Amino acid sequence: MTTFPLYLCPLIPLGAALMQLLLRGRTRAQNVVAVVSTGLLMVVGVTLVAYVKTHGQVVLDIGDWTAPVGIRLQADMLSALMVAITGVIGFCGALHSLPETSESDMKRGYHVIYQFLLFGVCGSFLTNDLFNLYVWFEVMLLSSFVLLAIGRGKAQLEGAVKYVVLNIVASMIFLIGAGLVYATLGTLNFSDIAHRIAEGQGSAAGIRVAAVFLLIAFSVKAGLFPLYAWLPSSYHTPSHTVSAVFAGLLTKVGVYALIRTFGAAFAAEDGFVLPVLWVVSLATMVVGVLGAASQFHVRKILSFHIISQIGYMTFGLALGTAGAIAAAIFYVIHHIIVKTNLFFAASVIDRIGGGEDLKKTGGLYGKAPWLAVLFLIPALSLGGIPPFSGFWAKLALLREILGVDAWVAASIALIVGIFTLFSMTKIWAEAFWKDRPDTAAAPRRIYAGHVVPMVLLAVGTVALSIYPTYLFELAEIAANDLLKPPVR
Amino acid sequence: MEIIIILLTGFLFGCGIYLMLRRGLARMLIGILFLSQACNLAILVAPGLGPGFSAIIGDGETALAAGYPDPLPQALILTAIVIGFGVIAFSIALIKQVYQKLNIEDYDRLTHTDS
Repeated sequence: MTTFPLYLCPLIPLGAALMQLLLRGRTRAQNVVAVVSTGLLMVVGVTLVAYVKTHGQVVLDIGDWTAPVGIRLQADMLSALMVAITGVIGFCGALHSLPETSESDMKRGYHVIYQFLLFGVCGSFLTNDLFNLYVWFEVMLLSSFVLLAIGRGKAQLEGAVKYVVLNIVASMIFLIGAGLVYATLGTLNFSDIAHRIAEGQGSAAGIRVAAVFLLIAFSVKAGLFPLYAWLPSSYHTPSHTVSAVFAGLLTKVGVYALIRTFGAAFAAEDGFVLPVLWVVSLATMVVGVLGAASQFHVRKILSFHIISQIGYMTFGLALGTAGAIAAAIFYVIHHIIVKTNLFFAASVIDRIGGGEDLKKTGGLYGKAPWLAVLFLIPALSLGGIPPFSGFWAKLALLREILGVDAWVAASIALIVGIFTLFSMTKIWAEAFWKDRPDTAAAPRRIYAGHVVPMVLLAVGTVALSIYPTYLFELAEIAANDLLKPPVR
Repeated sequence: MEIIIILLTGFLFGCGIYLMLRRGLARMLIGILFLSQACNLAILVAPGLGPGFSAIIGDGETALAAGYPDPLPQALILTAIVIGFGVIAFSIALIKQVYQKLNIEDYDRLTHTDS
């Protein structure tokens, strides 16, 4: 029986990127290619999840070199889920970029770089090799640098400097970490690393130093306390589509890398990283949500909430049990959908409400009641109000936290949830209920491209809310795959 | 030999970090360059340099002579150098744009997008 054509996942965005390069200057054709290719990626991703669910993990040995010598693409359930959600967000982002991205950005190659970004993200999720992960990270990062700075506005350039410098430094730390892993263990393959650590190869000190380097590098990428400063300084500066896709996907690649390395590869490491992660995650939750409370700019509020929510996901990892990692994976998927949707909502608030500064906007409930509904679904879900998906994610995580009697952590998680709701209420009260101030800028037109992705993601959230069991089953399969003792 | 490379690595890291903390965008660029070279050297020296043969099978032999150095770190560095080149090229272009549009050289004045 033939296996799943795994090469499609990186090749679709790569092929699309090359096509976009050839079609440069012909915006209409580029738009079509963007939507069709990301749509294809979404279909392939979802099929991959279904395939992995029935047949187990899919492996592609590049050039027929088997692991651990060759670098292989490998899709277990976690990778498959992440690729599927990349397809979904890529598709929604492509739709949203049609009306949102300016003509000049398109001419500068927006579509090309967007596909390269998805290429890098897909590759990061599929690779089974630490150094290869570094390379995919760089593909993704360089694309994100360009997307961030492509409009060349003042704020964009300034945000880009902060984003670029901190991420370059993080990449170097990652590189040293990978080098040290190879120096102590003599391998870079994830399952081989796990195997050798479990066998007791390599000096414990060497492994720990390498683990600390990797922890710092991935923490910067994921936006963990105290290394998150680049995120709220840059995520509100680019075009709305770019922020939405970044907010949904990029920080989660960091979380994925943390789960992959410390949930699986370094699982047998002698218990230094996870306790650190425990404290850091709680600090991340609190700092993020407090940062959001002090802001009055829609996208800045949402950016700080990314940080706060990342804390929940990494806390699931810090607990280290299969149930907790499953909850973290569920949380990641739920959060990608919800957060991207909120950033899409921010773009519509900007257009209809006349600005993103909450003091200068208002009256949206009277002007666009449909937007109010589309905003409320992800907002309440983020805050964890039942029956929305955020409630199920938090419930699953809390059950695991209480399972180990960590009462302090549980109360922090709950209090942060209340503050999250407070911020969402602030946006609601200021942008939707308050009367429109006279200083508000004139509303601009919105197009189908703004609304359709919001509806799609809202439907996704509602589906997850009504029937969370299906995704939970998948997340549990993913977590069990990760924690299985490694086989060569 | 190893101790020299190790000291050099430390020196390059020191220079890089010092330059990045100097608050000037151009100095920061040079600092990044120093740091990326230091990283490459660190990877090279971390598993040990080995006896100094090249890992090439000689004429008339069928296998490598014993004690050859591991070629993989060198392959990793090669990849890292290429990536570092791309990143630096982008950074130079970005910093040039920042000079032209914002006319800022000092980090401390680069605070408009922070809250």
